[in-house]
Amino acid sequence: MDEALLRAVVPPVIGILGRRGADFAAAEDAVQDALVEALRVWPADPPRDPQGWLVTVAWRRYLDAVRADTSRRRREVLVEEEPAPGPGAETDDTLQLYVLCAHPSLSPASAVALTLRAVGGLTTRQIAQAYLVPEATMAQRISRAKRTVSGVRFDAPGDVGTVLRVLYLVFNEGYSGDVDLVAEAIRLTRRLAARIDHPEVAGLLALMLLHSARRPARTCPDGSLVPLAEQDRGLWDTALIAEGVEVLQAALARDRLGEFQAQAAIAALHADARTAAETDWVQIVEWYDELVRLTGSPVARLNRAVAVGEADGPRAGLAALAELDPTLPRCTAVAAYLHERDGDPATAARLYADAARAAPNLAERDHLTKQAARLNASLRDGTR
Amino acid sequence: MAKYLLLKHYRGAPAAVNDVPMDRWTPAEVTAHIQYMQDFATRLEGTGEFVDGQALAPDGMWVRSDGEGRPPVTDGPFAETKDLIAGWMIIDVDSQDRAVELAGELSAAPGAGGKPIHEWLEVRPFLAAPPTITE
Repeated sequence: MDEALLRAVVPPVIGILGRRGADFAAAEDAVQDALVEALRVWPADPPRDPQGWLVTVAWRRYLDAVRADTSRRRREVLVEEEPAPGPGAETDDTLQLYVLCAHPSLSPASAVALTLRAVGGLTTRQIAQAYLVPEATMAQRISRAKRTVSGVRFDAPGDVGTVLRVLYLVFNEGYSGDVDLVAEAIRLTRRLAARIDHPEVAGLLALMLLHSARRPARTCPDGSLVPLAEQDRGLWDTALIAEGVEVLQAALARDRLGEFQAQAAIAALHADARTAAETDWVQIVEWYDELVRLTGSPVARLNRAVAVGEADGPRAGLAALAELDPTLPRCTAVAAYLHERDGDPATAARLYADAARAAPNLAERDHLTKQAARLNASLRDGTR
Repeated sequence: MAKYLLLKHYRGAPAAVNDVPMDRWTPAEVTAHIQYMQDFATRLEGTGEFVDGQALAPDGMWVRSDGEGRPPVTDGPFAETKDLIAGWMIIDVDSQDRAVELAGELSAAPGAGGKPIHEWLEVRPFLAAPPTITE
């Protein structure tokens, strides 16, 4: 069964139920029920018209739910007469769903969950697995999210920026369960880019493609991290890089720069270097300057300090670092790296050990501990 | 079946036999240790005894209510805290003997010089739901 195809028709089916009079929350519930049913019966008995099948089953589920809800008797009269399916204005429905599911009244976690379910067509169970929470918790999160947006007009125009932040979160955070969230984020961003002409949508898509291209080289088989400079660039996915660069160039040509285009440009410069030594750090620093100007983000400033360290030497990098808040996550790790390059392994080893204690995840902690161990071992050998 | 919590401490446990901080090991020894822990969890998944395993950051904080309508009071982290939990593994096993056996294996994870750490782990039984038959 083509599960991707099944999931792709979820947003238009929600839209069709909406046009037949179902509110968003009820329509989304009914389609989720139909989706779970489809996953059960399609492998043995695939329908000829997947979207038509989903509409029929979801609509039946919706009517059942309305009938069961005796307090909504008035509404029952409204929906008893089944309207013709009619041709769908699929594009608009889907775009509105993206915006609704990323509504600013939702918390980031809720917006992510709702987007994955209503736009992504994932089941509650799959989303729960991806974020390592119990299924009942995820179900509650989604139903609360739907209550939050229940007052929002489905056709209200929205800010594409909020949608991009949600898609970025899906790409950047989460665990690999049954569903590959990185691939899922790319799929959703690709579909958004096909529906809306916006340089930052293209910028985000390019950013995702370029980072995704490095995934095969980013970790060892045992899960440990491989830093960019040490990655086997032969493992990078050249097709994804080519696509990412093409999407980015078209976006940059529009001359409406934004943070995702700037980040993608940096990723493209890394992708362009056949070896780490060939990296055009001077140009990367310039892009970080743009990024800092656009966002003022401390994380961008920290990454800029790393780039400055590569372009102008570790002393310059340390000087750039000195202007930042030392409690910034990963600041100590960057300081350790720059001190090592500056020829001070003792300071670097101490800072790597400090950074390991403050690491935000296990893979980084293990990596930083090994860096400290490596330097301490070479210091011991040197004094022997 | 009964669930047990195997607790690993950053501080507060009696000293391990092979007590060397990890950043003083060789990188290969660190890798071997991590591999041992992963293999251990994978094996318990295979035997149907693994429930959960998590690692905790060392720096947390203390929080308490400061009364209605007021924000909670926070304090810490305290560098001098005597007891500091590093992480846990939860297992679901047939007997306390089996819990002790597994904790012993986990404690023997390789450390400095490739030799077992022999660290002290705390083993705590869960208070489970009451049985159906009580007479």
